[in-house]
Amino acid sequence: MIALTTPTSASGVEPQTPWMTPRAKQIQTLGTLAFAGVLAGMVVVLTGVAGVDGWAVTFFGLSLVLAVIRTLRVGAKERKDSLMKVIITAAAVTAFAPWLSIFGSVLLKGYSGLRPNYLTQDMSLTVPDDFLEYGGAIHAIVGSFLMVIIATVVTLPLGILSGIYLTEVRGRLTFLVRFVVQSMSGVPSIVAGLFVYTTLVFATNTYSAFAGAMALAVLMLPTVARTAEEVLKLVPEDLRSAGYALGARQWRTAFMVVIPTVRSGLTTAAILGVARVVGETAPLLLTSLSNSTLKFNPLDGPIGSLPTYVFGYLQIGTEYAVARAWTGSLVLLIIVFILFTLARRLGGKDKR
Amino acid sequence: MTTTETPTPREMTVIYNREDKIFRGVVTGGALTSLFVLGAIGLFLFLRGAEIFRDNGIKFITGTNWTVGSGDGIISDDFSIGAMLVGTVVVSLIALVIAFPLAVGGALYLEFYAPRALRKPLVTMLDLAASIPSLIFGLWGIQVFTSFGERWAILINNWLGFIPIFDVQVENFGRSPFIAGCVLGSLIIPITTSVAREVYSRTPRDLVDTCYALGGTKWGAIRSVVIPYGKSGVIGGAMLGLGRALGETVAVYLLLNLVFRYNFRILESEGGNVASLIATKFGEATDYELKALVAAGFVLFLLTLVVNMTATTIVQRSTPRA
Repeated sequence: MIALTTPTSASGVEPQTPWMTPRAKQIQTLGTLAFAGVLAGMVVVLTGVAGVDGWAVTFFGLSLVLAVIRTLRVGAKERKDSLMKVIITAAAVTAFAPWLSIFGSVLLKGYSGLRPNYLTQDMSLTVPDDFLEYGGAIHAIVGSFLMVIIATVVTLPLGILSGIYLTEVRGRLTFLVRFVVQSMSGVPSIVAGLFVYTTLVFATNTYSAFAGAMALAVLMLPTVARTAEEVLKLVPEDLRSAGYALGARQWRTAFMVVIPTVRSGLTTAAILGVARVVGETAPLLLTSLSNSTLKFNPLDGPIGSLPTYVFGYLQIGTEYAVARAWTGSLVLLIIVFILFTLARRLGGKDKR
Repeated sequence: MTTTETPTPREMTVIYNREDKIFRGVVTGGALTSLFVLGAIGLFLFLRGAEIFRDNGIKFITGTNWTVGSGDGIISDDFSIGAMLVGTVVVSLIALVIAFPLAVGGALYLEFYAPRALRKPLVTMLDLAASIPSLIFGLWGIQVFTSFGERWAILINNWLGFIPIFDVQVENFGRSPFIAGCVLGSLIIPITTSVAREVYSRTPRDLVDTCYALGGTKWGAIRSVVIPYGKSGVIGGAMLGLGRALGETVAVYLLLNLVFRYNFRILESEGGNVASLIATKFGEATDYELKALVAAGFVLFLLTLVVNMTATTIVQRSTPRA
């Protein structure tokens, strides 16, 4: 698609790009922006407008005015175009601002608590407001790990089956399955927790990592199923035909040809599923509760997890408890980040 | 260009033997788990909450009381989620009103305005932002964003206070639906933006180029081709975002005080939503109250399911799959 818009000539002559902004104009734009920025800064310093947000709004207003001034000579259409450019860019910046702020504040506020003991000790012998040199979150990390592993073991096969159904079997229910998977991805996480509570926890009368994992599985399944479908769709039809041509039955073709082709893609599906649920808090509040002691048995009563850890210590509200919560979210964000990078790496592999 | 014709593939017929039939059966079964789970969620929540629906009838979703009985009959149990439903809708609508224009602007920027070198990192960041847990949004909202939000709320109240929804009775601007709505808005921007971007990127390139060829400006092309072309897909994306906002628990839990009263004054510090009600009351709920919470969960489930199914239908119709 994109290749169509940038013609490259074989003769070595650079194609003309009249639709692109010439360098001189780019410099002019940058100059105007810098001017508006400094002016907005002066407004913030000299008047009652305060803060980063005050500066941003002033900057935006000034950019609009400058856009009008710059296009005074060229006419209404051009003016509208440059005004909209300012507005759309501002919208994009505003959309990205909260995430930058989140990454920044998690890093800044979580960094101080990230010490070796945070990753080796649990909180069974430490009070929440103790100095950050004591206690840690290993119990929460292990708990999250346990639950995520169990959830993955349950959902990955189901997700792959669902993907195979949509791409290999292609039965009459294709539309229904696709629709249900999509709708299921919108089930609120608390509802998933409530569901597991009314069934599993109610029946066994214990909160456990296993119950938590089941709630996470409900949330994970749609992500895994959808990614698996996307990935399996990338398998060229020729490979299937080749499988059949060699005399393989459909199931052999599916398991010996199609799935091995996209093995890393299916790993991506699992990873994206994990990234989707590793930070889920609400379902765990209803199924695995929380705990401050390190344990490994998924069936043995309430267990800690990173999200409930962050949630709990934030609620306590004292200085060091909140610092622990920030560090917890930093760890959570790092985990999500690593999973995400892994998924990208692996995802790119199959497409070659 | 070579002119050899590619032969058209022969029509193939398939006869499945027993092995294949078993295979197809198992796969179909696996694929139907999601349907089964979805049905089970609805069924179990309904069954456990049935007693509440029978006792309270329609009052359960219109009333504003959440009174735990004293057990000896002097004060009787009275549970209803009307106020919470209103709170859910109010907060989600604020989120949508904030997120929608920003998401559309962000998507247009990424597709049409972003410098080539910036586009890829920004898209990666967009995907990454979509996977930030809502808990972290809540943490950020309460510890970082609230100071900004309060300042904006005071400004809005000063200048627009004569409009009823911006009026306040108590001059306390923290923990208001407005602030929660802003945070939820930033929570749903990633999903809405990525759907919108996806839709916009499918605009037929030659139509856009035609606009330029006719002497149109970039904005002219966007307004006359890109936006009309992507309209339904973008609306679907916004509804997916709305679905997420409706069911959000921890962020709202951390940002709003649970008050059982219809509240349309968005700057007042009271509110709550169904999901945060469940999370708040779950810990020390009595047996009967627990059933009421499950019933509330069922209502929330239906609400989000309807919104999501509508969204899914719209998105699927507007982006034909290969």
